[in-house]
Amino acid sequence: MAAPIETLPTPVAGRPPRPPRVRATEVDRRHRRGTARWFVLAGAVLVAVVMLVPFLIMVLNAFKAPADYSQNGPLSWPAEFYTEGLRNFWTRVNFPEKLVNSIWISGAVAVFGVTLSLFSAYALGVGRVKGRMSIVTLFLLANMLPQEVLVYPLFQMAQQVGLSNNQWSVIIIFTVIQAAFGTYLLSSVLGTFPKALLEAASLDGAGRWRTLWGVVFPVVRPTLSVLLIFFFIWTWNEFFIPLVMLTTNATQTIPVALASLQGDRLMDAPTTNAGALVSMIPAIVFFLIFQRTLTRGITAGAVK
Amino acid sequence: MTTVDRAAPPASRPTRPARRRSRRSREWVGYLPYLLPGLIAFTVVILIPFGMNIWYSLHKWKGGAAPLRWYGLGNYTDLLADEQFWTSFRNSIAMILAMVVVPTLIGLLLATTLFDVLGKRFGPRVASVLRATYYLPQILPVAVAGVLWNWILNSQTGAVNVILRELGVANPPNWLGSTDTALPTVMLVLIWIQIGYPVVIFMSALQRVDPELYEAAELDGAGWWHRFRAITIPQIKPETFVITLTCTVAALKVFGPIYVLTRGGPESSTLVPSYYSYLNFFDKSKVGYGAAIANVLTVLIILVAVVIMVLQARSARREEEGR
Repeated sequence: MAAPIETLPTPVAGRPPRPPRVRATEVDRRHRRGTARWFVLAGAVLVAVVMLVPFLIMVLNAFKAPADYSQNGPLSWPAEFYTEGLRNFWTRVNFPEKLVNSIWISGAVAVFGVTLSLFSAYALGVGRVKGRMSIVTLFLLANMLPQEVLVYPLFQMAQQVGLSNNQWSVIIIFTVIQAAFGTYLLSSVLGTFPKALLEAASLDGAGRWRTLWGVVFPVVRPTLSVLLIFFFIWTWNEFFIPLVMLTTNATQTIPVALASLQGDRLMDAPTTNAGALVSMIPAIVFFLIFQRTLTRGITAGAVK
Repeated sequence: MTTVDRAAPPASRPTRPARRRSRRSREWVGYLPYLLPGLIAFTVVILIPFGMNIWYSLHKWKGGAAPLRWYGLGNYTDLLADEQFWTSFRNSIAMILAMVVVPTLIGLLLATTLFDVLGKRFGPRVASVLRATYYLPQILPVAVAGVLWNWILNSQTGAVNVILRELGVANPPNWLGSTDTALPTVMLVLIWIQIGYPVVIFMSALQRVDPELYEAAELDGAGWWHRFRAITIPQIKPETFVITLTCTVAALKVFGPIYVLTRGGPESSTLVPSYYSYLNFFDKSKVGYGAAIANVLTVLIILVAVVIMVLQARSARREEEGR
């Protein structure tokens, strides 16, 4: 970025007449930027290409025969459209089953997590339960805990209640972890809930339960849907706890199934690449569908 | 559930504000049933396991049905003499460099470029397409991205070394397999993964800044660099703090990329605390020791987070006083 080094006019008396000078620098700068902007664009595009290269290499080599790969290298166009790698991976990990596992776990966590967050935040934000500050702080701190600190006891507990290698263990754990964050976020949203609406509901004789579903829920529904999407994607991308809790292929999620094939004799270049490719597709599809919500959510979360 | 304590008898009507206060002071009790499921779940899934983990860390335990043997603070004093433990925390500094410092600096540069130059000169579409491209690695499951990189960097069959050999390099580096290159290589992958996050946040921060500030500065003849330092940096401070906090916590916790890229190797050169704790839990069957590592990591994370939050609060206060 060519930062124009301009001498700053010091604010002292007797500086040169102002208007013509400003105009001169404006014209000057515009002229200079006219060519400089193309260099800036080239630089930004170059960074984008660097970000994309791994994906391009992956797609190129997902459909290239192993012999073709060892002969012509990773950058050549595939000599034939080779689908054996994809088929290998697909049948070996039983991909449709992993897809269903991931959707089921993430979907359940999203729904339960949002419901739990809504209940807790209703009590904290609208009900102004005593000690709410310490409860919210506790939930926030819980979010910072490394999962290693919970995993062994949870592993033991799951075995004791007969949930070892059971997806419900993962669903329950992540419902609570996500809801800890959701409660923190929602209770600050509900803390500013319009009092007039609540009073009107109470004048109508609505109890707390009816107020929650009839008044609060419709108003915060947009926030809840953002939370729902986030919980879904966060859980989808989780690795550590599913890796520990789901020990057989039949129960595993997509990332865990892909990672546990690493080092397998079967994983030649096309199989690895095809595996990575199909494992990425759902995440990319979500991103494309929810792009607007996601960008808004990321930034809203940042500013709080 | 609906009408538990609604019938507050309006016995003797005291003055209005007092009445309101007393009503309000009791009203919250009726909301407790809504908080109960969350509190119970939180206790069962987070508080009790956390307590158990502390308890384990005071024992020698092989896990499973093996007996727990009291060891007091022995695991913690053992840690102090454990070379690998110190390596893992030293590597955490490298993780912070790769996941916080470098991405934040590059992200700020990219975001201002997109916002200041490309967005204005080539239209918002160009800027948003580029932004989405930078963000792409962030949306993938980190384990999936790691598996892809693991193959790209494989010493024998990986794309990078095949290309290098074609270019005539006889002995291309064993990127993830040699103690000299493994850590820097992992760091590069982490930077690639991480960069999109600060870009997206900084871009929305820049949109928040009042353009009149820039116009006024421009009229005063302030150059780009001067405006950047005097206006942009202070204005986007809240976002910078949020990025620093969230990314530092993530860097200290990092597990997935290490697991799929190097498993902490070679010779512990990429070992990080979370992976070391995992190793002790499930590989070495030293549960008490693994629990101690996880606890030390927790204390460190909370300390770092508190320091960042205090700095943020202090900076916000100073700004308010300045105004």
